Amino acid sequence: MSSAATAYYVPHSARWPIVGSIGLFIFFFGFASWLNDAFLGREMFFLGAAIIVFMMFGWFGDVAKESESGAYNSQVDTSFRLSMMWFIFSEVMFFAAFFGALFYARVFSGPWIGGVGGGGADMTNALLYEGFDYVWPTNGPGDVGGNFEQMGWFGLPLINTLLLLTSGVTCTLAHHAIRAGHRKPFILWLLATVTLGFIFVFLQAEEYMHAYSAMNLTMNSGIYGSTFYLLTGFHGFHVTMGAVILLVVMIRAIRNHFTAENHFAFEAAAWYWHFVDVVWLGLFIFVYLV
Amino acid sequence: MSTSDVTHHTPGEQHDHHDDHDHHGPAPGLMRWVTTTNHKDIGTLYLWFSLLMFFIGGAMALVIRAELFQPGIQIVDPMFFNSMTTLHAIVMIFGVVMPAFVGLANWMIPMMIGAPDMAMPRLNNWSFWIMPFAFTIMLSTLFMDSGGPAGGWTLYPPLVLQMGDSFAFVIFAIHFLGISSVMGAINIVATIFNMRAPGMTFMKMPMFVWTWLITAYLLIATLPVFAGAVTMLLTDRYFGTSFFSAAGGGDPVMFQHIFWFFGHPEVYILILPAFGIVSSIIPTFARKQLFGYDSMVYATASIAFLSFIVWAHHMFTTGMPLAGELFFMFSTMMISVPTGVKVFNWVATMWRGAMTFETPMLFSIGFVIMFTIGGLSGLMLAITPADIQYHDTYFVVAHFHYVLVPGAIYSLMAATYYWLPKWTGNMYDEKLGKMHFWISTIFVNVLFFPMHFVGLAGMPRRIPDYSLQFADWNMIATIGAFGFGFSQLMFVYIIVKCVKGGEKATDEVWEGARGLEWTVASPAPYHTFETAPVINPDTVTR
Repeated sequence: MSSAATAYYVPHSARWPIVGSIGLFIFFFGFASWLNDAFLGREMFFLGAAIIVFMMFGWFGDVAKESESGAYNSQVDTSFRLSMMWFIFSEVMFFAAFFGALFYARVFSGPWIGGVGGGGADMTNALLYEGFDYVWPTNGPGDVGGNFEQMGWFGLPLINTLLLLTSGVTCTLAHHAIRAGHRKPFILWLLATVTLGFIFVFLQAEEYMHAYSAMNLTMNSGIYGSTFYLLTGFHGFHVTMGAVILLVVMIRAIRNHFTAENHFAFEAAAWYWHFVDVVWLGLFIFVYLV
Repeated sequence: MSTSDVTHHTPGEQHDHHDDHDHHGPAPGLMRWVTTTNHKDIGTLYLWFSLLMFFIGGAMALVIRAELFQPGIQIVDPMFFNSMTTLHAIVMIFGVVMPAFVGLANWMIPMMIGAPDMAMPRLNNWSFWIMPFAFTIMLSTLFMDSGGPAGGWTLYPPLVLQMGDSFAFVIFAIHFLGISSVMGAINIVATIFNMRAPGMTFMKMPMFVWTWLITAYLLIATLPVFAGAVTMLLTDRYFGTSFFSAAGGGDPVMFQHIFWFFGHPEVYILILPAFGIVSSIIPTFARKQLFGYDSMVYATASIAFLSFIVWAHHMFTTGMPLAGELFFMFSTMMISVPTGVKVFNWVATMWRGAMTFETPMLFSIGFVIMFTIGGLSGLMLAITPADIQYHDTYFVVAHFHYVLVPGAIYSLMAATYYWLPKWTGNMYDEKLGKMHFWISTIFVNVLFFPMHFVGLAGMPRRIPDYSLQFADWNMIATIGAFGFGFSQLMFVYIIVKCVKGGEKATDEVWEGARGLEWTVASPAPYHTFETAPVINPDTVTR
C-alpha cells in the first residue's frame, strides 16, 4: 500500500466497543423480554438496535478516517484481510448448522419416522406414527400447521438466482473498474450491484407474502417450513446486510475514498457479497430444486 | 522489512517516536480499563474476570455438593439444584476457562511472537467488554420468576423448551458470548499470522502460540454452529418451528448432533491451550528443550481434526445406526494416539532433566498425571457397549472433572504462577504457592476420585437425591469439595500479595526459561516490541 506509516497502528483508546456492548445488552435483553411480552421489551429492542447502528456508524467512520489519513501500513491491511476472511468462514459455519438440520431431517430422521431404515425404524413408525409415510416436503406425522404447498423453484426463486448471479458479475466489473482507476464506472457498477441486491430482497419478501397468504406455507409448517424460512430468512438478512455494506462503500466511492491500489473496504464487501451468492446457490439447489 | 523502512523514512520515524512519548503509559482513572486497547490491560481484565467467575461457579458447585452431602433433599429444592448444575457448567466453561485462556493469549502471544499488540486492538477490547454484559443476562435468570436454566448446559430439547420465560434470556446470553469468542478467535488468528517478528517462523513459535492458533480455528468453526443450534431452539419455542419436534417431522436427536458438533471441539478448546502452557513450563524447570516439538505441533493439529469427527460418542445411548456407533467409537479411540504422543513428550522432556519443583512445575506435573487419569477414563467411556453402563453416571462426572479441574484449571494456575513475576515484577510467595498446590491436589482427589466408584456402581448425575449405598463416598467427595473450594482463597491471597509487592523478579525470572517474553523487563513495560525484536537461537523456545 502507498501509506507512509511505518509502525503498526495501535489506537490509544477505544470508546465504541463499550457503546456496542451496552447496545447489544439492551438489544438482547429487550428481545428476550419482548418474546415474553414483558414490560418495555419492544422499546428496549429498538433502542438497543439503534445504539448498535450508531456504534457502527461511529466505529466504521473512525476507521475510514484513519485509513484516509494514512495511518495504516500494509501490515494493518493484512490484518483486515485475515479478519474478514475468517469472519466469513464463521458465517459459513453458521449456515452449515441450518443446512445440517435440513440434510439430517431429509436423509435420516424423516425416513426413520416414516418407518424406513434399520434399527427398529419400522417399529417406531408402527407404534408412534402409524400410517405416516415420509415424503419430502413434510410437516410431520402431526400434520403441523395443516396442508401447505411446496415452494417451487421456477418463478421468483429462479429470477432471484439470476439476479444474484448477475450482481456477482457487476460486483466483479466494479472491482475491475477500480483496479484500473476508473472511478465513474466503479460507482455505476456498484450502483447496479446494490440495486440488484435490494430487488432480490424485495422479491424475497413478495415470495414470503405469497407463501403465507396463498400457500399456507408458514414457519409453523413442520420441518419443511422451519428449514425453508430459517435458511432463506437468514440468507435474506445477510443479503440485506451485504447490500447495505455495498451502499456504504458506494457512498465512500462517491466521496473519493478509494484508489486503484487502496480499496479494501470494497474488496471486503465484495467477498461478503460473493459469500451470500454462494450460499444462495446452495439454497436454490437444496431448498428449492431437489 | 522494518529496518529498510525506517532508514528511508527518517521524518516519519521521528514523528512516530513523538507519538510514543505522548502515549507511553496507561491513561489515568477507571476509564483506562473501559477504553483500553492495550493487550496487557485486556489480558488482565480477562484474567480478573475469570477469577471472579471461578468463585461464582465454585459457589454453585458447593451448593451441589452440600445438597449431596447426605441422601435425601436437605438444603435446596430440586429445581434450584438443577439450575446449579446447569449454571455451574455454563459459568465454568464460558466464564472461567475460556476467558482465562483468552486472557493468557492476550498477555502472552504478542510478547511471545515479538508483536507490538494484538492485530485488532479495538476489537480485542470489545471481545472482553461483552463478557460482563453477557453474564449479567445469563445470571439474571436466577432472579426471574421461572428461575435459571435447569435442563443441563447441553440444553437438550424437549426438556429445555419446557423452561419458563427465562429461556430466551439464556439463549441470547449464549449468542452474546458467542460473538465475543468468535471475535477473540479471529483476532488471535490474525495476530499469529500477521504480527510475528521477522524470523519468528511458524515452526519456531512457542507451543502456547501453536495451541492457541489451532484453538482459535476450533472456535471460529464451531461457535457459529452452536449459535445456529440455539437459534433453532429459540424459534421452536417462540416462532412455531418444528426442528426438534417429531410431530412436525423434526427430531430432538438432531439437536444433540448439532450441539455436539460444537460441543466436542469445545472440549478441546478447553484443553489445547492447557497443553501449550504445560509445554512451555516443563522445559523451563527440566532445563531441557521440549522433546519432540514437531510431533507436538502435529499432535495438536491431529487432535483438532479428530475433534470434528467424534461428536456422537456423547450420544451412544441416544440411539443411532450401528455403523455410526462403531465409527464414533473408533474415531474417539484414535484421539488417544496424538494425546499419548503429548504425554510421552512431556515425560521425555523431564527425563534426565535438571529438574526443580517450583510451584508452576508442580502444577504442570500434577496436570500431566491427573489429566492422564481423566484421559484414560475417557478411553473407557469411548467403548460403546461399556458406555451404555457408564452413561449419565457419576463416572462421566469424574472423567470430565479430572480433565477440567486438575487438567485445564491446574494449567491456568501453573500459568499464573509461571508468568505472574513477568506481569507484576514481583516474585509470588513460593512457600505459599507450594502449599496451595499440595492442599489443592489432596482435596481435588478426595473430591473427584470417589465419583468413579459411585458412578460405576450406578449413581446417576444431575439428581439431587441418591440411594443409601452411595452415601459414604458422597460425604467424602463433599468434604473434598469444600476443602478444594476454600483452599482457592489461598490462590487469591497469593496473587494479591504478589501484585502488591514482594521480592523483585529478574527479567529472566526462571533460570531455564527461554522465549521472547523473558527478554523484556519485569514487570513487562506497557508497550513491548514496538520495533520488532531480533530473533536469535537463544530467544526462541527451540
